[in-house]
Amino acid sequence: MKHAVVSLTVNGAERQMLVAPGTTLLDALRENQGLTGTRRGCDQGACGACTVLLDGRTVMSCMVPVETIDEARVETIEGLTPLQGLHPIQEAFLEGFATQCGFCTSGMIMATAGLLAKNPHPTRDDAVRAISGNICRCTGYEAIIDAVLDAAQRVNAAGSAQAA
Amino acid sequence: MEKIDASFFSAEREADLDVVGTSVQRADARGHVTGRTQFYEDVGFPGMLHLKMVRSTRHHALIGNLDVAPAMQVPGVVRVLTHKDVPNNWYTILKLIGVEPDDEPVLPEDRVLFMGEQICVVLAETPQAALEGARRVVVDYEDLPAVFDVEEAMTSTPFKKQGTNYFVYEGHNCRRIRFGDVDKAFAGADHIIEHRYESSPIEHAPTETTGCIAKPEGNGRVTVYSNTQALYFTLDNMALILGVPFNRLRLVGGTVGGGFGGKVDVMVEPIAALGAMLTNRPVKYAYSRAEEMQVSSPRAAERIYIKDGVMKDGRIIARKVTLYVDAGAYCRHSTYGTTKAAAHMPGPYTIPNVHVDAYCVYTNRTPSSAMRGFGVTIGDFALESQMDQVARFLGMDPMQLRLINAYRDGDMKAHRKKVEGAALVEVIQAAAKQTGHSLPPEFASMSSLKREAGHGQA
Amino acid sequence: MARLRGRGVAAVNYPTGMNLGGDPSQALVHATTTGSFVITLSSVDLGQGIKTVAAQICAEALGVPYDTVMVDTADTDTGPHCMGTFASRGTHRIGNAVIMAAREAREVLMSIAATELEVDAGDLVTDGKGRIHVNGAPDKGIAVLDVALAAHFKHGKTISGRGIFLKPKSEVVPETGEMDPDSCQAHACTVAEVEVDDETGEVAVLKMTNAYEIGRAVNPALAHQQIVGGAWMGISHALYETTEPYYPDRSHGPLDFSEYLMPGPGDLAEMDSVIIERPASNGPYGAKGIGEMTANSPIPAIANAIFDACGVRVTSMPITPEKILRGLDALRGRTN
Repeated sequence: MKHAVVSLTVNGAERQMLVAPGTTLLDALRENQGLTGTRRGCDQGACGACTVLLDGRTVMSCMVPVETIDEARVETIEGLTPLQGLHPIQEAFLEGFATQCGFCTSGMIMATAGLLAKNPHPTRDDAVRAISGNICRCTGYEAIIDAVLDAAQRVNAAGSAQAA
Repeated sequence: MEKIDASFFSAEREADLDVVGTSVQRADARGHVTGRTQFYEDVGFPGMLHLKMVRSTRHHALIGNLDVAPAMQVPGVVRVLTHKDVPNNWYTILKLIGVEPDDEPVLPEDRVLFMGEQICVVLAETPQAALEGARRVVVDYEDLPAVFDVEEAMTSTPFKKQGTNYFVYEGHNCRRIRFGDVDKAFAGADHIIEHRYESSPIEHAPTETTGCIAKPEGNGRVTVYSNTQALYFTLDNMALILGVPFNRLRLVGGTVGGGFGGKVDVMVEPIAALGAMLTNRPVKYAYSRAEEMQVSSPRAAERIYIKDGVMKDGRIIARKVTLYVDAGAYCRHSTYGTTKAAAHMPGPYTIPNVHVDAYCVYTNRTPSSAMRGFGVTIGDFALESQMDQVARFLGMDPMQLRLINAYRDGDMKAHRKKVEGAALVEVIQAAAKQTGHSLPPEFASMSSLKREAGHGQA
Repeated sequence: MARLRGRGVAAVNYPTGMNLGGDPSQALVHATTTGSFVITLSSVDLGQGIKTVAAQICAEALGVPYDTVMVDTADTDTGPHCMGTFASRGTHRIGNAVIMAAREAREVLMSIAATELEVDAGDLVTDGKGRIHVNGAPDKGIAVLDVALAAHFKHGKTISGRGIFLKPKSEVVPETGEMDPDSCQAHACTVAEVEVDDETGEVAVLKMTNAYEIGRAVNPALAHQQIVGGAWMGISHALYETTEPYYPDRSHGPLDFSEYLMPGPGDLAEMDSVIIERPASNGPYGAKGIGEMTANSPIPAIANAIFDACGVRVTSMPITPEKILRGLDALRGRTN
């Protein structure tokens, strides 16, 4: 079977990539684009380590054949990170001691970004639901849920500071 | 957030520290939240081959014909490796600290001892081609009887290359602890309380699966990017298996996506490095999630019998423990964990008569190995369930029962090491305080520093 | 149908290190010419935090700020030997090795500072903020940066140190089991509160109250991470986890996270944890290992709470709804 050319807007930049049939978005990001911040935990859509935003929605990139999303917009952890400093979600995870081994962190942060994009004022239940597809084996989740809620406050504060 | 109760042991705590004792930010957290922390899989090299394993579909079987030719016909498959390619095929991980015999083949020769055991290796240009190649290898099996129960295995026909279905500790079929005289104490006890406890295997389930990338260097050395928990243990075992000088190998790692003991075995590195040496190309061997779940060593299943001689006032005067660790098909770290389990008995209590037989038993299942709380976690489940059963039997507050028997500074443990730095009494008192559970004054005033009159070792 | 509540307790100890084969680890510390310090190790961080606590311990022993200490690990071409990250040994072994290396480096640092200041090295102290000065006279001092520059460019000396910690090999006496396997013991007590649904057999862990004695919390926030994460794993082990659900039968083994069950973020227990400290005489600033034990006391505490709630004593892990329902059936059969 022939390779195909797929065009994506990755973190705001237009990218073209030559991919073998069946290549997942995860492999396209990691192997083709060198964006290794998106982690591979299971290749089964069951751990959430590879979570990215696809046209603004959270998806597990290991479950998305990249040929099926030609012309789509993809955001990864690399795109979330500003040129200087950290994104408020990253600050919340950093200061809340919400990382241990760090392998689930990119996925957790992108799941949080997806949540806050559609729901700027999440309840604790909303936060739990947003990360319920993401496995963490170290923390016991408590610090991560707190970080999601703290992130919402930080994002909103940054937003109102910008508006003012 | 964290709470420290400084009212305990205040005289022993050094107060004037600047950095130690403060909650500075994690050195690695910024890398984690930006996705820039580099795990082993984040390095990649041009021309890298992917390694997939042909695995046993049988619990215990002779391997007849092994037909690898169909794999070589898959486009992209570069090479197949069998046991004939491994310079020193037989090893045991703990040979570095003198454990014998070499009971495990890197790749089996004429038989498999558990379902999922690796049989031969397919190296290919892509993971898909390697998987397809592995699928096409034809293995002829002749099934042999399999044993799954630890106590059955103790008396059934030996199935290993050499020796018995249990590890032999200096001439004994188990690791023994002998302290005092349990039989005499049982005869004088007010009550005998005896129960059986058991567990099934548990997977570490780190979010990052076990893996490595081995890269041949221009100077003839091999660099291995690995998520091992123990770089030198891996390096030394690899050199012995590959028959190369230690300094031909270089291990790079130190940043691991969770381990919990699951990444102390030496499984992926030797075979990936062998592939790299034989093809002169970088080789990546990463466990799939399914391999991590069923093939990587789990926490051992255990079966534990506890027999206690107990007095009406709550003193436990004798404890006999018979403990079986299900090592699975190969030894790996189980002989060590079994000794650790024996040393842990009879728990954090001062019991004057203790008898422990801890068996490290081989069965036809996935070899078990180290996991968080190695040799202790399941023992604690048994010990502390037993303490609850004793308290219930006597109609006693379970905290008070534990305080009566808790070890104190200066007591002698069953493995004949003197207790120092004890704090069991204080953690129980602290938990009582937290939960509003009131302890009578004689219990509230107990201390690990001294043994009050009326209780104590015989 | 009823939801039955119960409370259970468990108390445990846990050994720091396991050294039947002899247990060493090394550390090297050196100053760069810019007054930073590098610790070179071959030790592994699995998330437990050795990269952080090694730097804290080094900063403490050198008397310099934490953010001027960097950890370089792990590469066997450059890092000295470490046995590995297991047996709750890392903070204890590597911490002790780092202290030894840092003290040797500090001696050089202070002696060069003394030469530069033309005073006796014994009269000098570090301020922990990047300066060295005469004790009681903060004005008569020199920046660590300037000492590092002077050492290299003026005196031709390295500010460096070598450290090792070795717990010697312990042979076990075969007949009696006499041995010296560990360096110290940490302690924990957990009180678990559960609710058992007597119709479905499901258990909800409502609250875990934990008291941990860990010698010295080098970094209390990281210790707290281990406690909360470990207690979660304890709940998970107690109620859910198995690779062989019908052990010793090998069938029905899970292959992925949808079959291998663990509590999700919606299944958490309330946690109340307190740390108490009895410094170990042989630990770095008294620290003991904590990483492994945090899962241990929760498991039997939950088992005991389940018995307290519904009268069913499940003696095999994990304590599944099936086992509880079978136990309830047996109890009812007996009372009917």
